[in-house]
Amino acid sequence: MNASQLLKIEDLHVSFSTRNGLVHAVRGVSLQLDVGETLGIVGESGSGKSVTAFAVTHLLEASGRITAGKIAYKGQDITHANWKTLRSVHGAAIAMIFQNPRAALNPIRTVGLQIADAIRVHSHITMAEARVRALELLYDVMIREPEKRLDAYPHELSGGMCQRIMIAMAVASEPDLLIADEPTTGLDVTTQKTVMDLLGSITAKRGMATILITHDLGLAAKYCGRVTVMERGLMVEDAPPKQLFSTPSHPYTKRLVAASPTLTSTISDLVAGSVQGSLPVCLKPSVKSQSKSTMLLAVQQLSKHYPGAITAVSKVSFTLGCGDSLGLVGESGSGKSTIARMLCRLIDASHGEIVFDGIAVGSIAASDFHKSALRKDIQIVFQDPHDSLNPRFSAFDCIAHPLRRLMGMKSGELLTNAVNECALRVGLPLDLLGRFPHQLSGGQKARIGIARAIACKPRLLVLDEPTAALDVSVQAVILQLLDRLRREEGLTFLFVSHDLNVVRMMCERTIVLRHGEIIEEGLSCDIFSSPQSDYTRALIAAIPHFEPDAPQISLAELMIEPA
Amino acid sequence: MSTASYSTFAHIGWVLRGNPLTAVSAAGVAVLCLLAAVGPYLVPYDPIASNVAIALQAPSAAHWAGTDQLGRDVFSRTIVAARLDLMIAASAVSLSFVIGAVVGSISGYVGGRLDQVIGRFVDVLMAFPLFVLAMALVAALGNRVENIVIATAFINLPFYIRFARAEVNVRRNAGWVESARACGDSHLSVILRFLLPNILPAMAVQISLNLGWAVLNAAGLSFIGLGVRQPTPEWGIMVAEGARFISTGNWWLVACPGFALMVTVLFFNLLGDGLRDILDPRMRT
Repeated sequence: MNASQLLKIEDLHVSFSTRNGLVHAVRGVSLQLDVGETLGIVGESGSGKSVTAFAVTHLLEASGRITAGKIAYKGQDITHANWKTLRSVHGAAIAMIFQNPRAALNPIRTVGLQIADAIRVHSHITMAEARVRALELLYDVMIREPEKRLDAYPHELSGGMCQRIMIAMAVASEPDLLIADEPTTGLDVTTQKTVMDLLGSITAKRGMATILITHDLGLAAKYCGRVTVMERGLMVEDAPPKQLFSTPSHPYTKRLVAASPTLTSTISDLVAGSVQGSLPVCLKPSVKSQSKSTMLLAVQQLSKHYPGAITAVSKVSFTLGCGDSLGLVGESGSGKSTIARMLCRLIDASHGEIVFDGIAVGSIAASDFHKSALRKDIQIVFQDPHDSLNPRFSAFDCIAHPLRRLMGMKSGELLTNAVNECALRVGLPLDLLGRFPHQLSGGQKARIGIARAIACKPRLLVLDEPTAALDVSVQAVILQLLDRLRREEGLTFLFVSHDLNVVRMMCERTIVLRHGEIIEEGLSCDIFSSPQSDYTRALIAAIPHFEPDAPQISLAELMIEPA
Repeated sequence: MSTASYSTFAHIGWVLRGNPLTAVSAAGVAVLCLLAAVGPYLVPYDPIASNVAIALQAPSAAHWAGTDQLGRDVFSRTIVAARLDLMIAASAVSLSFVIGAVVGSISGYVGGRLDQVIGRFVDVLMAFPLFVLAMALVAALGNRVENIVIATAFINLPFYIRFARAEVNVRRNAGWVESARACGDSHLSVILRFLLPNILPAMAVQISLNLGWAVLNAAGLSFIGLGVRQPTPEWGIMVAEGARFISTGNWWLVACPGFALMVTVLFFNLLGDGLRDILDPRMRT
């Protein structure tokens, strides 16, 4: 046996028993990891990447079982090891970081105590000594004011800080292997960068091996020495990132690489072999809009205050012409979703005016807007396609709902035809219309959400992070669909997103928001090629890229303070 | 995830197979309802006609559960009483469910001042010993069956309001609620057409548990002499009457109605969990 070999998985099979029989989540995965190596496992949802990690740490849920294969840690077979053996392995030697740091921390214990607990499980020291160690760890994870944070509860810390605490807990017992399962999903792009940089440096300093599980190719490329691609329970490719992403050999890897937005990709680039022909890198304002298009929406000095002197949006003004597409970009807390909801008349603004097609819709109370004739003209596609569909409505009912409410269509042939037409416009197979949301995939649910929003032929479509919850290949398809709908039906888009690459592809103009204020505004291509503000520069720099020649700028150079 | 959907019957069958206790209790409740519907036409003796010549006879082939102090057949009276007891329980529970679900949903959806006012009202109601409150209500409103229904519904109300409020509160910010508003629904319509149907599976459990409890409550009120009066056959009053003869060894007067009461409460309690699984569309995959 190779002495430098830390973990070896041979032909691993994991099955879950469900009502519909066995589901084979992992179907023969073999991989090995050397001491100090950084391995990335990438794949889309359902590819079995997390299940593989859970099998190694014996955290599979009760219905899951390792049906075949072998997991060896430092030459010792731990495939079916009992809890006693495992307890000495797990934690002390294998630590894990989870996706949602806030949910993984105990809300009623201070983070200092939780780190101390993690230390004391594996080394017999007093609580006071453990507290000192915990403080050292907080310094190691570079949290601001560590003495103060030691006695903080998880809800008092930001998402990025919670993830730093998780990292501190994971390294507390000096493990040899750290498994990070989507450690930065749900974090802002600048926070993601600081957390990943920290994770990289802390594991390198301690000589720890890392397995990074992620759906983000850019992240894997930047932080891993070797990347494994998984698809539906199988390993399809394993190579160093440069080679993998510049010359992918497996068709699935090729598709994944093609579907990931890059600095220069266009909507039509996103799916390999697209026949639509290539659009220019940046959307130029269309001829129509250049020739002084009619104004559709004008927002003046829009503000939203919440009780307790919280300002979500502060004096935001912009205009949007017919058929235009405007992107609102910002990190969490920038007020972009609040603006979207005020424009859709779901919540009332504190100050300011919203003029839609010459009518001051801002003065119509949000609770009365459902009666307005303009209700069907302003529609919204929500962030989470699953959460935005009523669990008790079939797909048909979801799409039929606005038609019944706003177009006065009663049940019958007219309604059925209208729903079918909407489904076809968004490419949803008609035989899926009888299904309930939980029986549909993420992409199918996203299509229903879009079909519902365009059912009444709105003039303004607000898209609130419509692809944030989707896999990258599904995102590509949905973005193309939206782009096609916009061109074919002359829709006006307000596209809210934290993903700058997506906004760049979808919108001619972009507004960058921070803390409820406009930081920068202009043509998308200008903002990307020559950002004016430091904040915009930091946002662009923090996007992980997998192109070998992508420019890498560190946050320190931009003097942005970490989370 | 498999996307195969099961038909209603196949789904109910699956839930019942996985949970035999639910199957037993569902069958039991079905038998009870059947007895309530056709029981009075099936029983061998008139439940009210007295015949002192055969008073206080022990169970025999002619009188399966013996006779009471007026010579009435205890078995016949127990069967006939099922209709009244179930009617009281069902009406009381539907009344408190409808009012409680609507008030609680509005309270949870609107929040703020209204929520606080309703919340404090519920707190005040719950501060009373509930059975004593029911006694006082029946005594004040008049000793009639409909007042038992009202009193039982009233003391159940706080539980439904709290339950509906909590269930709506966690859903009020869901994406599908916002999207319903964007599709032109008013706040009221969102509550009635979207939120209420979604909290129904969880409330079904509460309803089922509550039915058993309401039967017990109605019988309890009759037992202490409120509500149903002699000679109407009712389980609570039969137990109350029979209790006087236990010391003389005539146990059968209490045994049959007492057993009926116990089994009814048990069946309703067991049914609850299964009902939730049956009503939730997400369990159908």
